[in-house]
Amino acid sequence: MNRRLRHLLLLLALTLGLATSARAQLTIEIIGGGATTVPIAIVPFAGEANYPYPLTEIVGADLTRSGLFRLIDPAGVNPRPARTEDVRFGDWTARGADAVAVGSVTPQSDGRVEVRFFLLDAVKQAQLAGVSYVVTPSQFRTTAHQIADIIYEKLTGVPGVFSTRIAYITKQGSRFELLVADADGYNPQTIVTSNEPLLSPAWSPDGTRIAYVSLENKKPIIYVQSLATGQRQVLANFRGSNSAPAWAPDGNRLAVTLSRDGGSQLFLINADGSGVQRLLSSGAIDTEANFAPDGKSLLFTSDRGGSPQIYRLTLASGTVERMTIEGSYNASPRHLPDGKGFVFMRRGDGGNFNIAIEDFATRQVQVLTQGTLDESPSVAPNGKLILYASETGGRGILAAVSSDGRVKQRLTAAASDVREPAWGPLHK
Amino acid sequence: MMPLNLGCSMRMLWTTAVMAALLAGCASEPSPEKTATEDHTVAATTPGTGAATAGTTGSGVSGTAAGAQGNPLRDPHSVLSKRSVYFDFDSYVVKDEYKPLIEAHAKYLQATRTAHLTIQGNCDERGSREYNIALGQRRADTVKRMMQLYGATDAQIETVSFGKEKPKNQGHDEAAWAENRRDDLVYAGE
Repeated sequence: MNRRLRHLLLLLALTLGLATSARAQLTIEIIGGGATTVPIAIVPFAGEANYPYPLTEIVGADLTRSGLFRLIDPAGVNPRPARTEDVRFGDWTARGADAVAVGSVTPQSDGRVEVRFFLLDAVKQAQLAGVSYVVTPSQFRTTAHQIADIIYEKLTGVPGVFSTRIAYITKQGSRFELLVADADGYNPQTIVTSNEPLLSPAWSPDGTRIAYVSLENKKPIIYVQSLATGQRQVLANFRGSNSAPAWAPDGNRLAVTLSRDGGSQLFLINADGSGVQRLLSSGAIDTEANFAPDGKSLLFTSDRGGSPQIYRLTLASGTVERMTIEGSYNASPRHLPDGKGFVFMRRGDGGNFNIAIEDFATRQVQVLTQGTLDESPSVAPNGKLILYASETGGRGILAAVSSDGRVKQRLTAAASDVREPAWGPLHK
Repeated sequence: MMPLNLGCSMRMLWTTAVMAALLAGCASEPSPEKTATEDHTVAATTPGTGAATAGTTGSGVSGTAAGAQGNPLRDPHSVLSKRSVYFDFDSYVVKDEYKPLIEAHAKYLQATRTAHLTIQGNCDERGSREYNIALGQRRADTVKRMMQLYGATDAQIETVSFGKEKPKNQGHDEAAWAENRRDDLVYAGE
C-alpha cells in the first residue's frame, strides 16, 4: 500500500504540474493501520477520465490515509455502474466490499461540470448518500475531499476532516515560512516568510485568521493575520515576551502569555489587541493556555509545583486544579474536540519526549508515540487524529497518530525542517 | 511600552525568588547525574569567567568609564565584553561564576544611566517551544533582578526570550545543549 500510495502521490504531483513544487509540499506516508478497516469499492466515476484530475483517486487516497478503510479493486466489473440503479450488489459483496461508491462527471453548457456521487451499503443493499455538485474542473480536489468526508462520516459515524486545512512552519537554512495546506498536504500556500523564527500558529475558530508568534523584531510578538487578505495586525507587543496565543471558542478573544508585568503569566486579550486582562497571578511560569470547547475552562502549563505540569483553570470560579500527576515534564495541552480529554507532550523515564492522551473522567494516560523529540500536538477537529512535530535523522518532520494510537502517518517536506503543526477547523 | 505594574506581593515574591537563587544555588535540577556532565561542559566551554578574573576587571569598570578610554563594552580585557550567562537544564539559577559578570554590567548601567540593555534568554532544544519561551524569559528576568539589586534600574533593562528558537550551537548533544542554555546581554545601539 505504501508503494502504491507513493506512486499515486507522484502521479498527482505530475498531474498538478510544478507550480506548487517550489514550496514545501508535504508528502504523507502511512506507517501503520487500524485494526479494523471498512472494505469499500470506489468505482471510477463515468466521464472522469476526460479531466486531468483523477477525482476518485483523490477520494481513495483520503480514505486510505485515514487508516480506517481498505480499497477493493473494481477491475472486472463491466459495465461500471455510475448510478444507484446500475449497481449489482452481488458483484461487490463477492469481492468483499461492504460499501460501494459510484458517480459521474458530466460537462455543463457553461464550462462547469456536474459531479454526481452515490454511496451504497452493499450488504444491506441500500443507498447511504446521494450528492450532486456543479463545479469547475479546478475545484475537483475540493469536491473529492467533500465526497471522502461524506463516505467517512456515513461509514464511521464521525465527521471526516479531508476538507480541512493545516498550518505548519518550515525552516530552510535561516528562512522560516508559515504555510497553510490542504489536510492531504496539497496546495501549500505561504502565509508568512521571515528570516527570524516563527512559532505557535493558532487558527481562529472560523478558520479565517491565524495568530502566531514571530521573533522578527528580536523578541516574541504575537500577530493575527487574515488568510483572505494577508493583512496582519499586532495582537500583543508589550515590554518583554508575548507568546502562546490560544483562541477562545467564540473567536472574539485569545488567551496569551505576557511577561510585561513580570514572569510569564496568562492574560486575556480581544482579537483586535485591546482589553488586556490578567487571568491568573502566580510567581510561577504559567503558559500554553488552551480553551475547552465550551470556553468555560482552560488548560495550561505551569511549573508552580516545581516541574512543568498541566493545570486546569475554571474561569467562573478561578479554581486551579492539577491535571497531570505522573512524570517530571508534561506540557502543551490541547483539548479533544468533545471536551472529554486532552493530548499533551510528556517526558518519559528514558528522557524521550512523546505525545500522550489523558481522559478527564478516569485521569488515565496513554502514550501514543515512540519518537525522541515529539512535541506540539494538534488535534484534528473530529478528534480522531493528532498531528505533531517529530524528528528523524536530525530533521524536523510532522507525524500523525490516531487517538487510539493505531494509525500512524509521517509527513515530510523536501529539504525543509517542518514543525509547529496546527489543524484548522471543520469546513463549514 | 508598558511600565512595570507589579503588585506589592508580586514584587516581594520575585525579590524573594531572586534572593533565594542568590543564596541557595541549585533549586530545580531534576537529574543530578546529568548536572555533573552539564556543569563540566559549561566550565570547559567558558573559561576565564571565574570570580578572580571578573573581580579584577569588575573593579576597573568605573575607572574605564571615568577615564573615557574608548568603549569598555568592547574592551576584550573588560568583563563587560563578556555577554553570556549559562544555565543548567530546566534551571534558571545563576551559577556563582557568573555573578561578577552580572555585577559588572549592573555597575556599568548604574554609572551610565543612558545605557539600555536587553537580556535575551535562550534554552536547549528539549521540551515544549512555548514552555521554553517562558523558561528563557525567567532566565533573563533572574539576571535582570540581580542587576537591579546591584544598582541598575528597571527602565534600563528589557528582558525577552527566544526560547529554543535561536540555538547558537545547532548540534543535538550535551555540549550543544549546554551552550544554548544561555542569557545574552545586548546593549541598545549594538
